[in-house]
Amino acid sequence: MNPVEPVRDHESAGVRGSRVATGYGDGAAGSPGARAAVPPEESGGEPLLDVRGLRIGYRAARGTRLAVDGLDLKVAAGEITAVVGESGSGKSSTAHALVGLLPAGGVVLGGSVRLQGEELTGLGERAWREVRGRRIGLIPQDPGVSLDPVKPVGAQVAEVLRVHGLATRRDAPARAVGLLAEAGLPDPDQRASQYPHELSGGMRQRVLIAIATAARPRLLVADEPTSALDVTVQRQLLDHLQEVVTTTGTAMLLVTHDLAVVADRAQHVVVMSQGRVVEAGPAGRVLADPRHPYTRELLADAPTLAARPPRGRPGTAGSAPVTVPGPASADAAPLLRVTGLTRAFPVRGPVLSRRRTRTAVDGVGFELGRGETLGVVGESGSGKSTTARMILGLERVDSGTVLLDGVDVTTVRGAARRALHRRIQLVYQNPYASLNPRFTVGELLTEPLRNHGIGSRAEWGGEVRRLLDDVALPAGVERRKAAELSGGQRQRVAIARALALGPEVLVCDEPVSALDVSVQARILELLVGLQERHGLSYLFISHDLAVVAQVSDRIAVMRGGRIVESGPAAELLRAPQHPYTQQLLAAVPGRSTTEDTPCR
Amino acid sequence: MHTALYAATRTLRAVFVVWAAFTLTFVALRLLPGDPVALMLSGRGGFAELTAQQVAQARTELGLDRPLIVQYGSALADALHGDLGASLQTGQPVSRMIADALLPTFQVGTLALLLALMLGTLLGVAANLTASPLLRQLLRSLPSVAVSLPSFWVGLVLIQFLSFRWHLFPSLGDSGFDSVILPACTMAIPGAALVAQVLGKSLHTTLQEPYADTVRATGAGRVRLLFGHGLRNAAIPAATVAGMLVGSLIGGAVVVETVFSRPGMGRITQSAVSAQDLPVVQGVVVVAALAFAVVNLLIDLLYPVLDPRIRATGRLVTT
Repeated sequence: MNPVEPVRDHESAGVRGSRVATGYGDGAAGSPGARAAVPPEESGGEPLLDVRGLRIGYRAARGTRLAVDGLDLKVAAGEITAVVGESGSGKSSTAHALVGLLPAGGVVLGGSVRLQGEELTGLGERAWREVRGRRIGLIPQDPGVSLDPVKPVGAQVAEVLRVHGLATRRDAPARAVGLLAEAGLPDPDQRASQYPHELSGGMRQRVLIAIATAARPRLLVADEPTSALDVTVQRQLLDHLQEVVTTTGTAMLLVTHDLAVVADRAQHVVVMSQGRVVEAGPAGRVLADPRHPYTRELLADAPTLAARPPRGRPGTAGSAPVTVPGPASADAAPLLRVTGLTRAFPVRGPVLSRRRTRTAVDGVGFELGRGETLGVVGESGSGKSTTARMILGLERVDSGTVLLDGVDVTTVRGAARRALHRRIQLVYQNPYASLNPRFTVGELLTEPLRNHGIGSRAEWGGEVRRLLDDVALPAGVERRKAAELSGGQRQRVAIARALALGPEVLVCDEPVSALDVSVQARILELLVGLQERHGLSYLFISHDLAVVAQVSDRIAVMRGGRIVESGPAAELLRAPQHPYTQQLLAAVPGRSTTEDTPCR
Repeated sequence: MHTALYAATRTLRAVFVVWAAFTLTFVALRLLPGDPVALMLSGRGGFAELTAQQVAQARTELGLDRPLIVQYGSALADALHGDLGASLQTGQPVSRMIADALLPTFQVGTLALLLALMLGTLLGVAANLTASPLLRQLLRSLPSVAVSLPSFWVGLVLIQFLSFRWHLFPSLGDSGFDSVILPACTMAIPGAALVAQVLGKSLHTTLQEPYADTVRATGAGRVRLLFGHGLRNAAIPAATVAGMLVGSLIGGAVVVETVFSRPGMGRITQSAVSAQDLPVVQGVVVVAALAFAVVNLLIDLLYPVLDPRIRATGRLVTT
């Protein structure tokens, strides 16, 4: 995405201490809500935000589809209330309704939203403009696309002040720099004149925080503010937001799918499922003692940092996975041996400029035994996906070898290459993009057989049913189109398609990161089951240490194109040696709730 | 640094386009059936009484007896010096003919381009600014209707009402600014429709992007969002279309100048093509390619101003 290697936020974390005049608290005094007298709540103080019976629907050709049905929640000043749920639970609609910005077709059908005692539902556009930014700030989901790409970031912060008449044309730019500094953006003076594409994801999110807090709103609505970011960056940003809430008494509604983040950050939690609140209460109580079955399921499915139990592998009779090159006996020979894999990409520039390159993968080597799972963890830009693509022969190799049973995948051509492809298959990250939506499942699954000329038309039917059975999909799915399936079903089809050619190695590139936690848990179970049944070897690539831990025998940690540490999963999680691994482990949210798991 | 290289590569590209247009027409015209000498001589008088000797002599005078590559080389060298040869019909220098015809066409074309851009931008913005769904639908479908109107028909309708019935503008000829307006309007309508369509669509798309939510969540209104953010984000596709309009205006000149009986490039092109006057056709193509290349070069140079991401990479960002 970003042609320039992003500068990591933690390199300049020290800047965060330098606070520029905050001015928090001076905003609410004059607002109309401040004088509204509302009878005190039974709990004592008046909540800043009080939502009751909120119903949101989306108008479509055939009537209205209900997205949120009777939501109650309260957010008090200086506290974080989290709304947790999976996709389709209505949590994002809630966040957008609170700022009066539902997508096209979205309408608030009923209920009340009171901010400092003032009703927000039914406000006119003009009145909403006074509320947005000034009294409620929105921190959006994806910093990559949430800033205007053609305006300098400083100007985008300054605009908020101008919109609300809080700064003059002359002093707005300087005030914007102050706000960027406050949001923890390093070198705010220079950064203010830069464009979003020149900043890393974490820095962009800091700009968005500066925009959301510029007019000193009393309530911040954060819609999955860190789910698009690497864990280490996520941690710094959540730390920052928490600090804003506690030091300035701002209230925050945190919308997230991640229970671990809730456990770390929120005082109250509202669990939503299919538009309804299934459970609500203090975060500590709900997470420790969930009463609703859905909450319990959600908690059980959330990956924890527990390593997969060590197990005997076929062919190695329970011995530790082979990590030392040079097999002692034939059956200990690794199925896949990668040595010195390197790939550099030209850094994009004008046609005639001198070619510069960035090394994406730099001398990566590892071995994968039969029936074994090697997990590869790394943050964005670590080179893990490029490594996978080179192993699959989808990317040119600058140097190094990929030996599959002693045959170098990178040099074979023609028929031999096709034969090798049958033995090593890919399960891609996004099941929405990797399956042709207009193909039926049957067509998708017979395509590899057809391409490789395996079997006859008569045999394909039985093969498809066997594959569907293997991935626990009902036979009736065969005639449905990929577009009609859910994300989890699609990923099962993608796995079945990878299995169609009877491979020995499956390369899984972020196979569950586009899925909800409960679906994710089922897919991981499926992968483990398939491995046991078919003796498959997995190269399992993910940014999520907890997910990798769950399925891997061994883990390799990648950073900057190199493997910085590798070892048996349990050992690596218990006693990480490399500082980066330690940092990665420390940044995983919800560490406090996983204290009791065996790995800690 | 990046910007200078970007400008250099784009300029080279523009030069290449003009050269390619010259070469392709040169080859294509030589492949056409018909003897240019016969054409030339028939244009100047009776062909029947010419002897084979006279034909051969004319051929030598024109240099047509030389190998094709030599002819090409000398034609290219002459063209670089501004000499595009002489018309086979009249014997006039082509560069002189084009120079005379360029001004009237330039007047109409520039006014048409300005009108197209203004009208198109207005329509595209209005379609995205109005709150009424009915009006929005109307404004969105207007361009597709306008694009499908044949311009000779539009021209005739304009003449019928504005000249004959209401006597506002002259119906034909080249007599000052008044006579430019009707042809320019005729030429502008399809262009305006195209700009409105593309700008309206790309504005609509960009205003749905997540950043628009961020801007709206700060309390900014729709007008501020559209003019402060949307327009610049949507400008690149619209600028590209504006560049292509220049090409279509040259084609449009043929129809419009015929309908309004105006002198200009369109008329020259039309008569040269029907008479197979090769040097004139070649000259018109080169000049048209030059105009097209220059305008598109300017638009290419505008891209990095509009989008900072092109400044950094020298490449268009497709989102």
